[in-house]
Amino acid sequence: MNTPNLHLYVLAAPLLTAFAVNLLGRVSRTWIGPLVLGALTFSAGGALMTLLHVLREGAFRYTIGNWQPPLGIELVVDPLSALMLLLVSAVALLATSSALKSVAHELPGREHLFFTLYMILIAGLLGLVLTGDAFNLYVLLEITAITTYGLIAMGSGRAALSSFNYIIMGSIGACFYLLGVGYLYILTGTLNMADIAQILPGLDAPAAIATAFAFLMVGLWVKMGLFPLHVWLPNAYSQAPTGAGAMIAPLMTKVTIYLMIRVMFSIFSPDYTFLAHAGIQAGIVWAASLAIMCASGLALAQRNLRRMLTYILVAEVAYMVGGVWLANGTGITGAILHIVNDAMMTLCLFLAAAAIIYRTGSLEFDRLNGLYRRMPVTMAAFTVGAFSMIGVPPTCGFFSKWYLILGAVRAGHPEFVTALLISSLINAVLFFRIIELAYFQPASDLSRSEPQQAGEAPLLMLSPLLLSAVALVAIGLGSGPLIENIIRLAMPPGFAP
Amino acid sequence: MIYHSSMLPLAAVCISLLATVPILLSDCKPNLRESWTLLAGIGKFLLVASMLPAVLSGHGFVFTLAEVVPEVPIQLRVDAMGMFFALVASFLWICTSLYSIGYMRTLEEHNQTRYFASFTMAIAATIGVAFSANLLTLYLFYEMLSLATYPLVTHECNADARTSGRKYLTYILGTSIGLVLPAMIITYALTGTLDFTAGGILAGKASAATLTLLLVMFLVGFAKAAIMPMHGWLPAAMVAPTPVSSFLHGVAVVKVGVFSIVRIILGIFGPGLLQNLDLGVIITTLASITVLVASLVALTQDNLKRRLAYSTIGQLSYMVLGIGMLSAAGMTGGILHIAMHAFGKITLFFCAGAIYVASGKKYISEMDGLGRRMPITYGAFLLGALSIIGVPPLGGFISKWNLLSGTIESGQWILLLVLLTSSLLNAAYFLPIVYRGVFAGTGGNGSPVEIREAPLFCLIPLTATALLSVGLFFFPDVFLELVHIAVFR
Amino acid sequence: MEQLLSEIVAKYNYWIYVVLMMIGFYAMIGKRNLVKKLLGMNIFQTAIILFYVSIGSKRGGGIPIVDKHAAMLHGVDATGVVNPLPHVLMLTAIVVSVSVTGVALAILIRIYRKYDTLEEDEILEKIGR
Repeated sequence: MNTPNLHLYVLAAPLLTAFAVNLLGRVSRTWIGPLVLGALTFSAGGALMTLLHVLREGAFRYTIGNWQPPLGIELVVDPLSALMLLLVSAVALLATSSALKSVAHELPGREHLFFTLYMILIAGLLGLVLTGDAFNLYVLLEITAITTYGLIAMGSGRAALSSFNYIIMGSIGACFYLLGVGYLYILTGTLNMADIAQILPGLDAPAAIATAFAFLMVGLWVKMGLFPLHVWLPNAYSQAPTGAGAMIAPLMTKVTIYLMIRVMFSIFSPDYTFLAHAGIQAGIVWAASLAIMCASGLALAQRNLRRMLTYILVAEVAYMVGGVWLANGTGITGAILHIVNDAMMTLCLFLAAAAIIYRTGSLEFDRLNGLYRRMPVTMAAFTVGAFSMIGVPPTCGFFSKWYLILGAVRAGHPEFVTALLISSLINAVLFFRIIELAYFQPASDLSRSEPQQAGEAPLLMLSPLLLSAVALVAIGLGSGPLIENIIRLAMPPGFAP
Repeated sequence: MIYHSSMLPLAAVCISLLATVPILLSDCKPNLRESWTLLAGIGKFLLVASMLPAVLSGHGFVFTLAEVVPEVPIQLRVDAMGMFFALVASFLWICTSLYSIGYMRTLEEHNQTRYFASFTMAIAATIGVAFSANLLTLYLFYEMLSLATYPLVTHECNADARTSGRKYLTYILGTSIGLVLPAMIITYALTGTLDFTAGGILAGKASAATLTLLLVMFLVGFAKAAIMPMHGWLPAAMVAPTPVSSFLHGVAVVKVGVFSIVRIILGIFGPGLLQNLDLGVIITTLASITVLVASLVALTQDNLKRRLAYSTIGQLSYMVLGIGMLSAAGMTGGILHIAMHAFGKITLFFCAGAIYVASGKKYISEMDGLGRRMPITYGAFLLGALSIIGVPPLGGFISKWNLLSGTIESGQWILLLVLLTSSLLNAAYFLPIVYRGVFAGTGGNGSPVEIREAPLFCLIPLTATALLSVGLFFFPDVFLELVHIAVFR
Repeated sequence: MEQLLSEIVAKYNYWIYVVLMMIGFYAMIGKRNLVKKLLGMNIFQTAIILFYVSIGSKRGGGIPIVDKHAAMLHGVDATGVVNPLPHVLMLTAIVVSVSVTGVALAILIRIYRKYDTLEEDEILEKIGR
């Protein structure tokens, strides 16, 4: 075992910090910031090294405690999971920096509790990315879910009810997934993904395999909030504490999409996924197209910035599901690229929302007037994020959309092309509505009555926001090398960008 | 053309983009701020001009910014066509900057820092479009221009500006995302490249029906060219301050639209392919209708800026019409008209702005006798108008002459008729303005005594552009040479 | 018909789990009382646990504890013991389900304190007001 165990430390750092935060945070609140940021910086650095290592040396597997699979639990570090590892830890790091401020603002005295859950959630997400074991995946899925329930319930207003609804829906999703795993276990007698993948093609039980596949897919779709299974998502994500929302919204759905890709290609094979049942593949692309349009349409009806963002998020989920199910290399490239891009865009927009809420206390549309003058830097970053969502080059959102549309053109799915274009147009309407609100109407009358409204958010919130905005452009301009050097290696076998 | 790798194109694009930073920082020091603008403008022009000799001798420059999509990098490339456009745009920007200073300060406009910052971004995007090596890069700068001009269009921040801003974005963003983007991706799916290649890249890659659809998508999609029915945004955008209207909606933005169409026709489809499939007729029909209808509508407008806007819509379609003829002379005339019309129309807008600054008047019916108070402005207006009508010895004559000989060369007599009718209409909507200004209202003492010429910062640029319109008739060589290289090589 | 019946009887464990699951599912989706929803969720999870446990069992299988020396000498007769792995998995699943229930109950208490009711309709009404 001479491969470095860096990835394990990446995973362990937030987990151990969670307990340290709980203990030390009780003693003094000043401990929390350095601890949390330190651990996540370490994680992000480790994830970067892991990614570089994988790119240099190729994928490797790690067995925990040296119990050999199929009995032991295995961690798989391949280019895709290493990329996700970096994405999760980097996004978490940026979100945390902002969360430190907003949590102190919104949940005074309960920071240590918040960050305990928060760090366990991050550890769970990192674990989800790495695991190579189907049952282990279920457990980690529930770890992330339970911490998320808790975090969301810490929000104000009707957050508790939203959290409860999320519990119900999330449990249904997880149980479906568990059932699917059960069927696979009956069929193959193993839970190791690679093992299952080896045994499945030799089996002659089409109905049982199809049932397992269907359960796994539906379970994950509920978890990721694919329209029309999304009902829980907007409430839960928009009512969570700002700090939690800024991390959950970018990461949870993306990681679940990653899990879907894992199930489709690491447990089942592309051949099985796309070819075994005629019409399914095309049907799902159709469903995704409808989902994109409906979710975008619903976003139009929202009068609160964060709720609007969550509906856009639902539409984006369908982007990626549709992209993967286009069943060609271009579409899958687009979907994987969009996982990265959408995580960054959502992060940027939610961080901007967090900064605005920190200063003005509200995200209702009628309170956004004149924001460009009051918070120019925040709004500049928000604008970059908005452009990325609309798909304006050279922000990264354009390039993933490019691959998705190109994939749809090549696969002959005009409905998906149409859906993506219409959704881009609706995004343009959505964001320009806000930009217009924030741009027009000088804030003079408002700010006079409430002087604390003026000014930018503190540096701890502003710097991650700016970083994420810069990252949007950087990833956009670097999308060529990103695809060539990383995503190309992360593609399922038999597909090329 | 031989291309050399060089940072010059990047520098030419970015110099004004970088200038936004010091402009934003020197918010409280207007003089310093404006010197940054002027410095960037002059620097940009010099950078562009420094590449001119090489381009004229058949050498180009290329700079690759990033490899984003296989075979389609974000790449800047200076060729004759781009040089031609960049030269016009970067020179007129200097004039506009000077004019802006006079205009904005006299009217004591609010938010001048935002205004100048957006302006520098817009010109950067314009030069970017001119130097784009492929369709993706062009699209990038095209969108950047759309977004950078939004704050300029809505500068007034009132209800009118809001409505116009919405209309502007709906037309411009709606078409670019809804039509150009899919057309571009389909083109890429068909050919695997988006590089502007002499002779086009689409030949033999798709059926005639697909190509026709693509062509229409591009034509309508580049709504900045304001081909009817995509012209509605241009009159609406006239709520912007006059320097914006004059430079962006007389030169940069609208010509970016035409320029994009020229690139599509020359570099993506190729004249040969269009000729084989007989698709030129689609372009010329759309353009002819626009030319005539826009001229007729212009006659009915009383608001001076709106009349100029409709005139612009008509003149833009002249250019498209010339390209669509697919004959050498027609294309030469069409492309040349980009420059000639730019100098003429910017003069007219400058004059409209100067009249507004001096008298606060926007409507032609109020301007009786004003010409006697503002002789320089009205003289310049007359020169600009004559250039656009196409009277020698003004620049507009050269491009129109080429257009006319293009129709004869290709035997499209109907187009000849369209052009001549439209020239008459041009005269009909421009000359009365001058006539009223100089001769009307002599009976009463209609012209208020206190009105005098606009400030010097306004007068100098408009005189300069007016005189240059004359100059271009006698010395069109540089532009002609560039167009010849673009069309024939 | 007879074939169907024998099919049902032969695989009765599956049918029981399906029926239980449907009951749970109905409660989660159909009931308006939040506690009933939670109970439904528990039934749902229990159904899956039963499903797992039943697939590990064998007719005549003993508990999977073997004498170390005997196993070393003769190997393990796999038909003689039930498969322990699904059972072990379910230990984890039970832990998960208990913790979810715990979190859910805690949240329900918060909801009750805030709205004085656990009927979803009434809560929504109160929020709306």
